[in-house]
Amino acid sequence: MHDVAATPAWVLLAYLIAGVCFILALRGLSSPTSSRRGNYIGMVGMAIAVVTTLVTHIPEVITAQTAHFITPDWVAIGEILAAIVIGGSVGLVIARRIQMTAMPQLVAAFHSLVGMAAVLVGAAAYLNPEAFGIAVRITPIAAPSVVSILPVSRVEMGLGVAIGAITFSGSVIAFLKLNGNMSGKPILLPMRHVINLGTLAAILGLIAYFTQDQSPWVFWTIAALSFAIGFLLIIPIGGADMPVVISMLNSYSGWAAAAMGFTLHNSAMIITGALVGSSGAILSYIMCRAMNRSFISVIAGGFGGDSVAGGEAAAIDRPYKRGSAEDAAFLMAQADQVVIVPGYGMAVSQAQHALREMADLLKDKGVRVKYAIHPVAGRMPGHMNVLLAEANVPYDEVFELEDINSEFAQTDVAFVIGANDVTNPAAKTDKSSPIYGMPVLDVEKARTVLFVKRSMGGVGYAGVDNELFYRDNTMMLLADAKKMVEEIVKALG
Amino acid sequence: MDFVSILSIFVLACFVGYYVVWSVTPALHTPLMSVTNAISSVIVVGALIAAAAAGSASAKWLGLLAVALASVNIFGGFAVTARMLAMYKKRERQGDKTHA
Repeated sequence: MHDVAATPAWVLLAYLIAGVCFILALRGLSSPTSSRRGNYIGMVGMAIAVVTTLVTHIPEVITAQTAHFITPDWVAIGEILAAIVIGGSVGLVIARRIQMTAMPQLVAAFHSLVGMAAVLVGAAAYLNPEAFGIAVRITPIAAPSVVSILPVSRVEMGLGVAIGAITFSGSVIAFLKLNGNMSGKPILLPMRHVINLGTLAAILGLIAYFTQDQSPWVFWTIAALSFAIGFLLIIPIGGADMPVVISMLNSYSGWAAAAMGFTLHNSAMIITGALVGSSGAILSYIMCRAMNRSFISVIAGGFGGDSVAGGEAAAIDRPYKRGSAEDAAFLMAQADQVVIVPGYGMAVSQAQHALREMADLLKDKGVRVKYAIHPVAGRMPGHMNVLLAEANVPYDEVFELEDINSEFAQTDVAFVIGANDVTNPAAKTDKSSPIYGMPVLDVEKARTVLFVKRSMGGVGYAGVDNELFYRDNTMMLLADAKKMVEEIVKALG
Repeated sequence: MDFVSILSIFVLACFVGYYVVWSVTPALHTPLMSVTNAISSVIVVGALIAAAAAGSASAKWLGLLAVALASVNIFGGFAVTARMLAMYKKRERQGDKTHA
């Protein structure tokens, strides 16, 4: 049996090195140039952790004759390698084929796998605690049925399984919403806060009780309730709050890994869990701040949806200026500086490549082109940056909100494509607006605002009308984002 | 390792995580999520222990399944991160537009 206390020093050191590699992998992301090396260091860390575990846990055939010799169990080794190869190939194929616009879904799907793996490992540790070195035999010569799991390990295991299960079912719902299999509209159950808090309390109570009674029903009820609460927590959250949700689930997957690391006394898992947990928590905080919402109000759910009927009727009656692709091309070709403001709509219509073509043509005409990204543009943190990078937009032309906001006053044309609420001046002036206080891009300060939008009906995720549409310096370009940009490209060429 | 040493590692790692993640440039937040995804699959360590252990057939099969799931994440997570990071480029010379 493998006793954790007797783990050789080199093994502990190897896991520590793996953990340090993971820290360096994240450290590399401080700039795009160092990030690629960071990613390789991360791979090295993972290889160290896996190989260390494999060589210290070679499956053995234990029979009466071979008890004194190590006879590798080749069948078991083959099975493990097969599992790695099958999983690894699936992962590689997905990674190669996935469209960049589908990254939020992919990340949600990957989170769900981490969650499920945590649950499975927890269940395996529960069923075979001796293998994990967390068992105490009550009587030395007893049958396996009286093998007792250390109470502290039971808490760690219970927490690991609970967080893992919440991560799994929550991520599945997030995936379905992001992938469009499920409406982005919040689903509001009556009494949902009471149900959710009650379920959470029950889970915590059962984990406490688990230290006294390790019967299977306790363990499996913890798992079942946690799967249920993950589902219940995410269904009331609207599609546009997904950047927060996906960051939060990222955080959970880290805490699940950390909890399992406590169970296994494994420093690589604990370090990684802490890193990933903090990473997700910080991203959630950044996203909440960018929406001027509290974390609690996002979790409570019910905000926004596909569209809200009330706002549309009001929108149709007001006068606005409508322009054509030729008008837009003319205005931008005359400009000194054009700032492009992309949003989720650009991702939906896959307009990023056409957009870069447009920017290239403008640059050829001597126009300065910059991109302004709001932190919550898109469905996950950094979503727009990846899409622009995919379209070969150099990253030094892409600016964050606080770096570019002062420049709109010196900008001739602000080209808003697929963004809406993040440009709404009402956030600065109208105290009654649901988005009041949210930091927005000051596009209205530009001499002309070109606003690409599918139609005048339909409002942003917050369900509010955008004051910007009716301003004198705004020209609405009503069409599908990609088609409109392609027409502008034609007109420029 | 006793519980307190493990807890110390955890607490210190949380602080390291806090400072390291704040230094990540917002432009790379999506790769940050995919790479954290890949590294949190270090949970594969637990899965391998379960899959390699004798004594419980059901624990072994759960372990093998967990190994497969975590492998999807490890290979997929690092590969998709590498693919994304390869796209981040600095401004090129004008006229060097091979991708148009």
